[in-house]
Amino acid sequence: MTNAEKYVTAAYCVVFALVLLYVVIIALKLKRLEREVDELASRPVREHDDEREPAQVG
Amino acid sequence: MSSVRHRGSREPGGLSYGRGPAENCDNSQPLVRSYRISLPALAAASLVLVTTALVLVFFVAPTDADQGFSQRIFYFHVSIAFTSYLCFGLGAWKALVHLWKRDPDADLESYVGIHQGVIFGSLVLITGSIWARISWGHWWLWSENQLVLFLVLFLFYAAYFMLRFSLDAGPQRANLCAVYALFGVVLIPVSFLAIRLAQRFIHPVVFTRHGAAFGGWIMVTYLVSQAAMIVLAYTLYRIELSGKRLDVRLRELRRVYV
Repeated sequence: MTNAEKYVTAAYCVVFALVLLYVVIIALKLKRLEREVDELASRPVREHDDEREPAQVG
Repeated sequence: MSSVRHRGSREPGGLSYGRGPAENCDNSQPLVRSYRISLPALAAASLVLVTTALVLVFFVAPTDADQGFSQRIFYFHVSIAFTSYLCFGLGAWKALVHLWKRDPDADLESYVGIHQGVIFGSLVLITGSIWARISWGHWWLWSENQLVLFLVLFLFYAAYFMLRFSLDAGPQRANLCAVYALFGVVLIPVSFLAIRLAQRFIHPVVFTRHGAAFGGWIMVTYLVSQAAMIVLAYTLYRIELSGKRLDVRLRELRRVYV
């Protein structure tokens, strides 16, 4: 393998590695979001909270 | 007496995944805005195009008589450079839309566009440096206008994130970031034209006023590589945008419920 071939291979590998790293980061973030959505969905919520009459202030 | 239910059961008038608190009563809002081309189709197109481009680069395109094997970096390096310009341009366009229509979604799109531009910009700098090492014997030359101006453009948009993350989320941050993104767009034609305006340069020029300085399989390979990079960037843009929108809506949900 010549020097030029090594450098060209390295350049394409860097492109591939960076794109792969980006995809992995996005995948981890989506996994975190999924976990947070599950956590939020499993919480019980008080209904009719927004139907309370507004209090007079001042 | 208030009853207890779980969030999985959405009821009329209840909280939906709207785009903002004002729209939370609209149950017709989809979780993620629908697009004409689906993400799996885009991802598949990216994979096919990138694979085809790699096959063309390494097995079909002829070896350049002047530069030899190292010229093969050109196909991805130039394609990625144009794609990063497009991403920065998209970010600036969305910033303009935000300032014009005060649409918070446009601010998010502008941010993601610039993020993509910075990622592709870093790839341009890395692949360019590798090519420079083979051809010029140096990783970087400060005397080259094209290189320095692209670095300035890259650093300018990299600083966009410092601005964005140093301010609290809200309309003020969105407006400031939009103005900043618009200023940066001026650097794109300067960076692109620098090599053509320079009196002395060693950076090769492949696109002149008279057209491209190559043809045949080199042109086909370049065009496929360019298409591959644009589709890949758009796919990543869409994936990141979906994630960011989900994140924003999840925060709204947390604000309301927790």
